[in-house]
Amino acid sequence: MMGLSGRAAIVGVAESDAIGILPDKSTLQLVAEASLNAVDDAGLSVRDVDAVFAAGWRPTEVAEYLGIAPRYFDGTQVGGSSYVIHLGHAATAIANGLCEIALIVHGESGRSRVGMFPEGGGPQLPAGQFEAPFGLPGAVGAYAMACSRHMHEFGTTREQLAEIAVATRKWAALNPKAFVRDKLEIADVIDAPLICWPFGKLDCCLVTDAAGAVIVTSLERARDCRRRPIRVLGFGEGLDHQMISEMPSYVHGPGRISGPPAFAMAGVSHADIDVSQIYDSFTYTVLLTLEDLGFCGKGEGGLFVSGQRTAPGGDFPLNTSGGGLSYTHPGMFGIFTIIEAVRQLRHDYADHGPRQVADAVIGLVHGTGGRLSATGTAILGRD
Amino acid sequence: MAYDKPLPVPDPVTRPFWDGLKAHELRVQRCRDCNDAVFYPRAVCPHCGSRNLAWTVCSGRGTVHAFTIAHRGTPAAFRSAAPYVVAMVELEEGARLMTNLVEVEPSPEAVRIGMPVEIVFDDVTDTVTLAKFRPR
Repeated sequence: MMGLSGRAAIVGVAESDAIGILPDKSTLQLVAEASLNAVDDAGLSVRDVDAVFAAGWRPTEVAEYLGIAPRYFDGTQVGGSSYVIHLGHAATAIANGLCEIALIVHGESGRSRVGMFPEGGGPQLPAGQFEAPFGLPGAVGAYAMACSRHMHEFGTTREQLAEIAVATRKWAALNPKAFVRDKLEIADVIDAPLICWPFGKLDCCLVTDAAGAVIVTSLERARDCRRRPIRVLGFGEGLDHQMISEMPSYVHGPGRISGPPAFAMAGVSHADIDVSQIYDSFTYTVLLTLEDLGFCGKGEGGLFVSGQRTAPGGDFPLNTSGGGLSYTHPGMFGIFTIIEAVRQLRHDYADHGPRQVADAVIGLVHGTGGRLSATGTAILGRD
Repeated sequence: MAYDKPLPVPDPVTRPFWDGLKAHELRVQRCRDCNDAVFYPRAVCPHCGSRNLAWTVCSGRGTVHAFTIAHRGTPAAFRSAAPYVVAMVELEEGARLMTNLVEVEPSPEAVRIGMPVEIVFDDVTDTVTLAKFRPR
């Protein structure tokens, strides 16, 4: 596995032309915009793409819309973490010569619901029989229920969860693309309308219209591209259930599976990570992930995030775009964790004051998908 | 008014579970090889890979393992029922299942993890009975 480290690099990243509330754009249009913008960022053409990675949409649908005939594709669909997992798959395929220019893309008209891909199951599937009759509200109810267990076992408080929402909003305030940028206090998070206890509205990600795309190629090819390559140093993936009722432990997520191989392949330690993008579908998702990845001990996530540690100026810069909580979240967010990590490591914000994490060289990206079901972890490094 | 919430459609493997609830009996599979309880009903034991599963009748007693109180964002058919409690109950026999807690105030003060509960057979239609739980 060590042979895979650093052999592929990210050379282009982009959102759709706009993100936010876009009732005049279809989901596939958003996908196409992000794809073209990402190949532009790389100084390539969409005609150069020979591998397609998609979830939500199938690779067939994305390739057909863009008019390309890839020789490699992967439709692994495990929720919002899929795109981080695709990154590892793409790097593996590229390192083995199976393809050269990979497009990983995801878009959703998540808010306006224009031309959405089909979702949902049926009443005879396991979820239809054993969860749907009880009215658990989608992802939010599932993550809330898991969180109740962490509060019970470790004394984690709503105030500690709110620290994450408040710190993330401070990053959003520095990002003109962020959907919400007004200041938050801990009390605002606690006092927000309850969605599913213990989560109020501000513990929950946004619902927006947006797409994002990432271009990956070999390190050799990357060095001929327009932008500084960001190397894929390590990656891992993990899952241990689909339905929240089947999760073996609500206080141990699959990050415990996906994290260690990513660190090992990259040959870096936690102290080497300069900036982290950890999928924040809900505040608890972040807290649990920090523990599962070993940034703190099990049960210590609440203490770890206290005192605005993850905010601008804190010693653990996290979700520096404003994350799913404040920047954008069309339904499956993982692709945007990669985009922001690459921009930080390229020093795209060098002229934007605290928006840029100073001297960032190594970044961590982590996606969580489904109902805390499946995770992908990747470690990226400035070439 | 006709029951308008989602109803399960049994499959050949899960049918005995749903037939059991209809008869006001909580049936859970147990693996004859590793002796672990198996839920949801399966053709294979997820603990050891055995196909040697047997149906057993449970006491209907358990404890609350985790819960949430749904206020907003509920499926449409549940909107008028909010706030309500969705919980995981751990049965005395070891399996965990999703359920609603009934006959308890839907508040984090009234519902406690570890709270002892017992089954309530809720005959929601002529053909479907759901397993719900109340404090005991």
